[in-house]
Amino acid sequence: MTNISFPEPTITAVSKPFWDKINEKQFYLQQCEECKQWVFYPRAHCPNCFSAKLTWKEASGQGKLKSWSIVHRAGHPAWQERTPYAVGVVQLAEGPSLLTHLLINEQELRYQLPVEISYQQLNERLLPFFQKKGD
Amino acid sequence: MVKRPKGAIIGIGELKPVRYSEGKTTLSLIAESVQLALADAGLTKDEIDGLLVGPQVGETPQHVPATVSEYLGVSPIMSNTVDLGGATGAGMIWRAAAAIEAGMCETVVCVLANKNEKGQVPRSPNRNPIREFDVPFGASGANTSYALLKREHMEVYGSKQEDFARIAYWSRKNALKNPKAIFYDKPVELDDILQSPIISDPLRLLEIVMPCAGGAAVIVTSEEKAKQAKKKPVYLKGAGEKITHRAVSQAPAMDQLPFAYSIPQALQQAEINGEDLDLLSLYDCYTSVVAVQLESIGICRQGEFGDFVRNHTFGHDGDYPLNTHGGQLGFGQADLAGGMSHIIEAVIQLRGEGGDRQIADAKHALVTGNGATLSETTALVLGGEQ
Repeated sequence: MTNISFPEPTITAVSKPFWDKINEKQFYLQQCEECKQWVFYPRAHCPNCFSAKLTWKEASGQGKLKSWSIVHRAGHPAWQERTPYAVGVVQLAEGPSLLTHLLINEQELRYQLPVEISYQQLNERLLPFFQKKGD
Repeated sequence: MVKRPKGAIIGIGELKPVRYSEGKTTLSLIAESVQLALADAGLTKDEIDGLLVGPQVGETPQHVPATVSEYLGVSPIMSNTVDLGGATGAGMIWRAAAAIEAGMCETVVCVLANKNEKGQVPRSPNRNPIREFDVPFGASGANTSYALLKREHMEVYGSKQEDFARIAYWSRKNALKNPKAIFYDKPVELDDILQSPIISDPLRLLEIVMPCAGGAAVIVTSEEKAKQAKKKPVYLKGAGEKITHRAVSQAPAMDQLPFAYSIPQALQQAEINGEDLDLLSLYDCYTSVVAVQLESIGICRQGEFGDFVRNHTFGHDGDYPLNTHGGQLGFGQADLAGGMSHIIEAVIQLRGEGGDRQIADAKHALVTGNGATLSETTALVLGGEQ
């Protein structure tokens, strides 16, 4: 291993509640009180209806795989040591999509595969990775 | 209804892309590009009263218009930074026309350039959502983002690796007719593309542009002033633009990507069908980007670009001349200036200056730009007649 560390989330005042919950192995998202849409990534307003009334609520941590890539040449030197690895876009059950690291074998990756959250430690903090549902 | 801004291109200047630019600065490449464009237009720098520039990560992140004006020795009465990634070049053209039509200025130089020094990887110190929510999971950089889009297209529509490889194949084939192209003398076969190293599966090396150094400038003026131009003016006939997201994880569905608006918008303003275009000068940082655009032009159905590229030819004398300069996949991508190469090629073809790769009777070209991950999109229809 080299001394290069993985790039950490650049946490803001708006997103801090999300990461604090992740560190407690809980998956919280914002929901708009006006239009009821779930919001990800964390914002100060709802991008659907522009209401500022967003409430943090526990989310399912489940979704379906929308796309994936097996990274052979990483965009960051710390990640290069882990190649090949899988990243993907997950459509969360609540609606929004997110990018995440996938703990799934290449042979098992398929479109719309049901996936669920798996908290993994990287550097000094937990990150919401995803695995095949039921693994 | 969005209105077409009127304007004409009367000068172009383009540096030959090189892999590395030792001893050059972005500013010096900008100056070289502008000099070439002024010479092409037969103008002096004092006749330029508008200046559009792009962001320069690692060299001049702020105050770019003032820095470039000072370096060039011009004092524009309208200037701005256009920041649309790979769509910046195309985005500049209709902004220039709009500024001219609004009476802000009369003749605008649009310029983009990039130095590329060996061993130096510029890293922008971002502190924004994509940095916070994508990068920590191992997804930094454009390769993985475009790989995700390609995978989604393959899964949703059943497109195949070979379909995408054909796009790179035609770019590389066309580059063999452009002495300026970085792959001018480097032919490849379809199998070479399909067997090139995997960078971010399903994307392979030869489906990705080669980063290089270079620069390009385009001079836009009013239709009225273009009548006195040294060379045959090329007119802006239509423009469309749409920006939807930044990170690929936040992209809309495959059939609602922003080109699905910007390309039809440009065609509608120009009152032309996709089938009647003489040149498709489509932004091609990756094969997957061209696939999506072909499906937005109306020449093949959504999800069916694979059949389309298998059944047609795309050289200057082909069924649908596509990126006759080699595209960026064959020409090289000098960062933001890469997008300019699609505009410059359209002007060359519409002027009839294409030489060995001249398209017979070229009247209308579709030029596109694309930034981030199919996020910032601009489409222009350029025409040889007013």
